Amino acid sequence: MTISVVKPGLFTTVQDLGRYGYAHLGISPAGAADALSLRIANLLVDNDENAPVLEMTLLGTTLAFEDPVIVALTGASCECKLGPDTVPANQAVAIAAGSVLQCGSTTNGARCYLAVQGGFDVPLVMGSASTDVRGSFGGFEGRRLQKGDVLRIGKARKAEPRRLQASTNEGLRWTGPVRVTRGAQCDWFSPDGYAKFLGTSYLVSEQSDRAGLRLQGEAVSPRDKRQLLTDGIPLGAIQVPQDGQPIILFVDQQTTGGYPKIASVIAADMHRIGQLWPRDEVRFTQVSIAEAVEALRAQERWLKGIFAG
Amino acid sequence: MRIIPASDSSLLVEFGAVIAPEIQDQVIGLFHALQAREDAHIRNLHPGYASLLVDFDPLAITHKDVATLVESLVRAGFAKTENDSKVVEMPVCYDAEFGPDLADVATYTRLPAEEVVRLHAGAIYRVCFLGFTAGFAYLGGMPEVLHTPRLATPRRAVAAGSVGIAGGQTGIYPTQTPGGWRLIGRTPLRMFDAQAEQPTRVRAGDRVRFLAIDRAEFERRESA
Repeated sequence: MTISVVKPGLFTTVQDLGRYGYAHLGISPAGAADALSLRIANLLVDNDENAPVLEMTLLGTTLAFEDPVIVALTGASCECKLGPDTVPANQAVAIAAGSVLQCGSTTNGARCYLAVQGGFDVPLVMGSASTDVRGSFGGFEGRRLQKGDVLRIGKARKAEPRRLQASTNEGLRWTGPVRVTRGAQCDWFSPDGYAKFLGTSYLVSEQSDRAGLRLQGEAVSPRDKRQLLTDGIPLGAIQVPQDGQPIILFVDQQTTGGYPKIASVIAADMHRIGQLWPRDEVRFTQVSIAEAVEALRAQERWLKGIFAG
Repeated sequence: MRIIPASDSSLLVEFGAVIAPEIQDQVIGLFHALQAREDAHIRNLHPGYASLLVDFDPLAITHKDVATLVESLVRAGFAKTENDSKVVEMPVCYDAEFGPDLADVATYTRLPAEEVVRLHAGAIYRVCFLGFTAGFAYLGGMPEVLHTPRLATPRRAVAAGSVGIAGGQTGIYPTQTPGGWRLIGRTPLRMFDAQAEQPTRVRAGDRVRFLAIDRAEFERRESA
């Protein structure tokens, strides 16, 4: 069972939920930038939540299917066509052998996910199928997809595709400020500086990728001019270099760094960071650790509840 | 010791705010003690110069659980690990082609280039931690006379195996990446292999000695 890449799109990689347990070797988690959309895509085709999918960025992929297969598209909306027909998102779709699926540009976010029943079959590296682009390993040959690549599909279990409840599509849009908790070096910033950080509407810069999203707006330089000893960086930490422009460190992040970290995006909002694209506006609001963990629990309950039947 | 939340899924355990062997012993000791527990709820451990970041699944365990565990491990104390006796020998060719900044380091430190090489290869270093990128080892213990600031403008591409100096640190680039460290040589050894059972040649806590080799030996080792 194979699928071949007719057009790779702008930046398409194989990802799962990430590679954990190797940060002490300098290895970042990688994994889907919007893990929630990856999980929904896999659940729709009745895969394991962690099955490898394609992550497409801004401009989607054109794929030729040699065999009949069931797929699901989730994440940012993008115009997807099977011949003349539009392929609906957020549901399982049967694709006939010999079809060509054309994914266009995303409209309301940066990334779109394609799951196939059985999952994309790539070798696991350090326990994960995720592509580590900087280290050139994992995923499909350690790199983004190119024209002519042939992807293998894993063996599907006897499975029933699932449907989302009719009302769910509306619930898939998240708005409002991104929630953060205080960063490890939050006290390096003056109360005014921290308030300014929370009060500013930042613009996502063009110099953003899966390793980090650079923000432009009010500068929030630390009052403490000490040099920070390089320390560990949690996923979603927001560091502030000397120029005062914050950077959200993301899934392909460096595992350690020497800039003070003012805040950290909460786990329940991490998927929203994966949908930001250049020139998007982003604001932050502070919550407590308890509120952040409760938001994550609520998200897990929500995910279990959105499937019909 | 200070334990503070670094995010909703992590704690930062700080043992101090300076680079010192006793503090590094604590960092490495706690890192090994937590690693040995093979606790599935602890997802990642990030050692730094004077701290350890503990990343965990907040749906399974709380910040308080992890802090209590860390406190009890620190209270119990850490045994000396086998790493303390291990010295990894790392051949390095200090040719001008591999070390384009060796002349600048010599000028900055007011030492002849041969003396820079002799001092750099003469010391025993400790792997403080791996970070920045897969397999990049931060080595502590460089003689103070060799301290040289990093480049004002980082290079767009530094070759894999390059040995560099940044302030009081020295390290080896495992793969080709951009980088701002002053390059003084290159090792023919492969520092990172994602497919290997042990993906990195060195680990936090290891000790390292550089062995100066000539160009012919570099090429022989590289093709080996």
